[in-house]
Amino acid sequence: MFKIVKREEMAEGTVILNEIEAPLIARKAKPGQFVILKANEDGERIPLTMADTDPDKGTITIIYMVVGKSTALFKTLQVGDAFQDVIGPLGKPTHLEKLGKVVCVGGGTGVAVLHPITRALKKIGNDVTCIIGARTKDLLILESQMKSASHDLRVCTDDGTYGHHGFVTDVLKEQLEGGDVKLVVGIGPVPMMRAVANLTRPFDVKTMVSLNPIMIDGTGMCGGCRVSVGGETKFACVDGPEFDGHLVNFDELMLRLQAYCEEEKACYEDFCTLRDAT
Amino acid sequence: MKETAGKKEKASRVAMPEQKPEIRRRNFEEVPLGYTVAMAQEEAARCLQCKKPGCVEGCPVSVDIPGFINLITQGDFTGAIRHVWTKNALPAVCGRVCPQEIQCEGKCIVGKKGEPVAIGNLERFVADWERENGTGALPPQAPSTGKKVAVVGSGPSGLTVAGDLIQKGYDVTVLEAFHKPGGVLVYGIPEFRLPKAIVAQEINFLERQGAKVEVNAVVGRTVSLDELFEDGFEAVYLGVGAGLPRFMNLPGENLIGILSANEYLTRANLMKAYRYPDVDTPIPKGKNVVVLGAGNVAMDSARTAMRLGADSVKIVYRRSRDEMPARAAEIHHAEEEGIEFFLLTNPTQFKGDQKGRLTGMECLKMELGEPDDSGRRRPIAIQGSEFHMDTDLVIVAVGSGANPLLTQSTPDMQLNKWGYIIADPETGKTTKKGVWAGGDIVTGAATVILAMGAGRKAADSIHQYLTWGW
Ligand SMILES: Cc1cc2nc3c(=O)[nH]c(=O)nc-3n(C[C@H](O)[C@H](O)[C@H](O)COP(=O)(O)OP(=O)(O)OC[C@H]3O[C@@H](n4cnc5c(N)ncnc54)[C@H](O)[C@@H]3O)c2cc1C
Ligand SMILES: Cc1cc2nc3c(=O)[nH]c(=O)nc-3n(C[C@H](O)[C@H](O)[C@H](O)COP(=O)(O)OP(=O)(O)OC[C@H]3O[C@@H](n4cnc5c(N)ncnc54)[C@H](O)[C@@H]3O)c2cc1C
Ligand code: SF4
Ligand code: SF4
Ligand code: FES
Repeated sequence: MFKIVKREEMAEGTVILNEIEAPLIARKAKPGQFVILKANEDGERIPLTMADTDPDKGTITIIYMVVGKSTALFKTLQVGDAFQDVIGPLGKPTHLEKLGKVVCVGGGTGVAVLHPITRALKKIGNDVTCIIGARTKDLLILESQMKSASHDLRVCTDDGTYGHHGFVTDVLKEQLEGGDVKLVVGIGPVPMMRAVANLTRPFDVKTMVSLNPIMIDGTGMCGGCRVSVGGETKFACVDGPEFDGHLVNFDELMLRLQAYCEEEKACYEDFCTLRDAT
Repeated sequence: MKETAGKKEKASRVAMPEQKPEIRRRNFEEVPLGYTVAMAQEEAARCLQCKKPGCVEGCPVSVDIPGFINLITQGDFTGAIRHVWTKNALPAVCGRVCPQEIQCEGKCIVGKKGEPVAIGNLERFVADWERENGTGALPPQAPSTGKKVAVVGSGPSGLTVAGDLIQKGYDVTVLEAFHKPGGVLVYGIPEFRLPKAIVAQEINFLERQGAKVEVNAVVGRTVSLDELFEDGFEAVYLGVGAGLPRFMNLPGENLIGILSANEYLTRANLMKAYRYPDVDTPIPKGKNVVVLGAGNVAMDSARTAMRLGADSVKIVYRRSRDEMPARAAEIHHAEEEGIEFFLLTNPTQFKGDQKGRLTGMECLKMELGEPDDSGRRRPIAIQGSEFHMDTDLVIVAVGSGANPLLTQSTPDMQLNKWGYIIADPETGKTTKKGVWAGGDIVTGAATVILAMGAGRKAADSIHQYLTWGW
């Protein structure tokens, strides 16, 4: 059992942070890696990136958006409750290199995934600019953490309630036009990552994205997480989750994420009805 | 089968009672129901108690078949199971899943003129009898050696090593990547062929003897092989299986509705998705399901799809019936359940709609040409034989390869050109000191009993090493 030692609600309760006891994983985890969690006996195996780790305390931190049945179930877990299973660290760690100017772009809960990567890129001596965005001010997460993880933080909201009024890509464009950007890391919803990759392509700036296909085992055993990268099939759980954004077939990924949408919707509605009734 | 041979009229083989096909094709309960005591004794009486038994030669682990069958005729079921256990730690499993027709039963003398003695059914009978009526007493254990051994992977191979070494007095820890132990026995082979309660009981039996089973431990990620030695383990056995799905590499293969058999069966068995939405993991329910391949994995996938409510399920295979690698019983059961066989047929591409969902498959008819390296006649496409098949769910069951997760993180251990671990066939020793390997990760996808046989040899070798040195 993997006990929750800290819990926070963010973005009006749509995003949850859990710090979980998992000493073996905390000892080994590197930025960019993820875990698979299962709440109880009948639960689904859900992949979530580690937003932080504390090897001394033996804990890992996950930050997730409540989008369906399993994440809604996770949300009901309180401090002192436990996940039945946590498996990891999975996936390849981020390739970290001192390059010069780096721009990290995060949207939605992608910001949580971006946090440890940004921090690590800064630590090894890069000049890191960070651009984070959300639909509206109240949904923005990790602003202060991202500020200290980077040299320069830009914030955007789609509705203009805070920071730049518009998309993260607007601000990214200015950065690219300013020249000298060596690497862009873009993590967020698939349409955002696709937009980032399309924007950097004409500038010929290397662009890394982190993909989130549906997964089961996370060890390369099932092939459910396959994505097309540069015309080749890759398993995101072992070959990724980070890939060269200029080579990823985002359209295919978008479609594949919808594989179970009907089942998921029905299941989530049932769960909410049950939860609200009790 | 009423033929007379020799002096006395031969009794025919006692049929295994089974759920009726039209009922079982829509439920997940076990298909063969097991012999009663009377049936088992009647069948046991058919054994001629040969002096030089062919059956024993046919069994990869040399179970003393006439010996245990004789104890059944005498009504000593406790004695019979103990007799089997000396060679085979998982008879309840092997009785159900061994390809008996090419192993023990294939070499039974009674089978020369009629149907062979039902050795698998009898083995299953004594194991089930023990589970239901036995005392559950633990086997004797040697005094503790104080030495720690790690077993990576909890499939039949790893479980055999763990069982043997715990009885030899070692402190054994089994490390399993999944959240439940059992390997293919829990994530691959379906409930209707091997009830999961049986596997759980075998694991519980090991734990009661003192073996530790740690799930959620991905060796190569959570902990490395070298760290296991740093943690005080003096020997490590790798029984990690052949967990890498093979695809066909055809256009359209990433459409929604095309799954590897590993994914499909893992959802169904390990995650119990056939009970969705009572459990949280979904599984695609196809109407017109196609399974590519004709091994046990393909039969299991096809029969699972039928049980999930498909209108039609087709096995599509590029060779002919004679080359189908599945157990005879599985092919027979699948046919009884209404699975259709499209033999000498090969897909060339998959078709989908705008939402990226599979709608159909283009195929070619094949004919058999000259034998290939494997000795089987090579299928050759027939020009102009293209045809279309409607399907909304394709399960790819065309074999599996070596999963590189662990071996990639262990550069000082030699692999063959396909990525399988090189190990001495007699001892299981790898090229890395203190490390043994066996089962599917050495041989490629094979059988439960071969994986167990390799485990037994390695356990003996590990014992020797920890007593005398490498
Ligand atoms: C490597 C990786 C890292 C991730 N990191 C984070 C993170 O840090 N924070 C975060 O909020 N989300 C993260 N995700 C996404 C997260 O896993 C999904 O949001 C979650 O599985 C949804 O489950 P659900 O039952 O609540 O929703 P559902 O109703 O089941 O599904 C909602 C959507 O989530 C996707 N999804 C469903 N099941 C899975 C699954 N087993 N694996 C992956 N995606 C699935 C589907 O596209 C679906 O349309 C990550 C995904 C991957 C693959
Ligand atoms: C669907 C299906 C049906 C089959 N039917 C039959 C049949 O009827 N008869 C028959 O004889 N054979 C059958 N087989 C084949 C048989 O199951 C295998 O040959 C046998 O299970 C191999 O045993 P193993 O112990 O080598 O590996 P496995 O059973 O594959 O077990 C390996 C275990 O190691 C774990 N593992 C992998 N990597 C790691 C890691 N890095 N760290 C920790 N753990 C890890 C895996 O999760 C798994 O649990 C079937 C196989 C399948 C898939
Ligand atoms: S272990 Fe398998 S091959 Fe050997 S006797 Fe038993 S069923 Fe036959
Ligand atoms: S070969 Fe057949 S008849 Fe002879 S001992 Fe074996 S099971 Fe009995
Ligand atoms: S999740 Fe199964 S192969 Fe990646």
